[in-house]
Amino acid sequence: MSEAATSTTHGSAKLVVEHVDYAAPGHGGPSCAILSDVTFAVPTGHVFTVLGPSGSGKSTLLRTVDRLIEPTGGRVRLDGIPTTALPVQDLRRRVGMVFQAPALFEGTVLDNVAYGPRLRGAPGDSRDAERELACGQLSRVGLPPDFCDKPADQLSGGEAQRVCLARALANEPEVLLLDEPTASLDPAAARLIEDLLLRLAADTDLTFVFVTHDLAQARRIGDHGLLLVDGRVIEQGPLPGLFDEPDAEVTRLFLEGRLGGEAQA
Amino acid sequence: MTAAQHFGYVDVAAALALLAIALGLSYRERLGLEKDLLIASLRAFVQLMAIGYVIDLIFGAERFVWVVLMVVAMVVFATATSARRVRTLPGSWWIMAVAIGLATALTLGLMLALGIIDPQARYVIPIAGMVVGNSMTVASVTVLRLLEDARDQRPRIEAALALGATPRQAADNVIRGSVRLAMVPIIDSTKTMGIVFLPGAMTGMILAGADPLEAVKLQVVIMYMLTAATALSATAAALLAPRRLFTPQQQLRRLG
Repeated sequence: MSEAATSTTHGSAKLVVEHVDYAAPGHGGPSCAILSDVTFAVPTGHVFTVLGPSGSGKSTLLRTVDRLIEPTGGRVRLDGIPTTALPVQDLRRRVGMVFQAPALFEGTVLDNVAYGPRLRGAPGDSRDAERELACGQLSRVGLPPDFCDKPADQLSGGEAQRVCLARALANEPEVLLLDEPTASLDPAAARLIEDLLLRLAADTDLTFVFVTHDLAQARRIGDHGLLLVDGRVIEQGPLPGLFDEPDAEVTRLFLEGRLGGEAQA
Repeated sequence: MTAAQHFGYVDVAAALALLAIALGLSYRERLGLEKDLLIASLRAFVQLMAIGYVIDLIFGAERFVWVVLMVVAMVVFATATSARRVRTLPGSWWIMAVAIGLATALTLGLMLALGIIDPQARYVIPIAGMVVGNSMTVASVTVLRLLEDARDQRPRIEAALALGATPRQAADNVIRGSVRLAMVPIIDSTKTMGIVFLPGAMTGMILAGADPLEAVKLQVVIMYMLTAATALSATAAALLAPRRLFTPQQQLRRLG
């Protein structure tokens, strides 16, 4: 992985999350706090890992970054500019997202990979150019060109998730948000995705935010990270040293696997 | 032309025997529908009697403004019924009012403008009833389906949004699916018309002693009109509702 962050000052970071709160609207009752005062910064080209037990608010945090939900407090900056100051479509084009469960659209793999470029009228009206673009993205995720014409609903879980990655990459994002992209895959397919991400991180200046509940995976993938429990940042710093001497009791509990599977409200 | 058979209240009361069959079945099979059936039948009787008197009054008055008011009242009632069905959707009242109102105004207006029907209460009101009723059903089904699909297809819709799609683009599949589904009954009944399905207006005219060929011609006109009205209503509902599925920041709402 790339070297440790040389500059984590908020001014020069690609992505800055500042004091973000999120409270889910309560159904008649009081609203329920999901995220409280989450702050971190990711410099360009780095892989930032958000680690936490399930239900700790990791997915919610990612969704506030590309405004699939609106934070109830705090703000997110992309290249120093508050995301609320950017047109939503621009923000989402620049900040790609891969979800835990691959959600492919109906149609072929080509239809999926070309979805983003088609929205913007690129690459022109030429079907050949479109195919070339899609094949190029597929090769980045290790899939052969003949995948273009496969129906999207006939892929294995691992293939589908790789197509989702290619679909996100086709938008030429600057930041890629990955929401437990390997959680629904078997170990072999998961390792394949991990390797792809590591290669992308090494070869491009794409900035990653990688969410996982798996400590070992976090150590393999990230260069910096934080531990999120109950919507709060417990610790953050460079990986893999971050958890070598846990400061907090909660961190110890998490490391011992005692927060792992259970849902934290 | 043969004279129509005269129906007296005694005949109507005798038809209660049919209701008794339904009640008996419900009781025997412990469906627990007796109360609902009784109330519904009673309501239908009272509502129909009332509307009979109103129509009789309007026929007598021969003022077109009364006809228009009657049609508006139908649209309002249909709107309230449809909007109640999808009350989890913000602004459902306006969506239904526009969908049903637009479908009714355009089709009835065109029929009147082209001189296909005479601007008389005895033609406009029954035909408006069919148009409003069908538009209402179709608008309800469209929006219900849209809400259900938006829930089921949430991951796909959000994946599309995350790629920079507008709400309209992200919901495109869901929109088309809901219109298609809502149009199925009208298309199927149009296809099988005369074979499986002897439509109400034609049946009514024949019962009332009209020439069957006259009845058929009117039915064909009505059929085309209902097809247009339902297509308009479903499309309008499906185009208006998605805005309300999303927040102004283009996020998919969580509805009920």
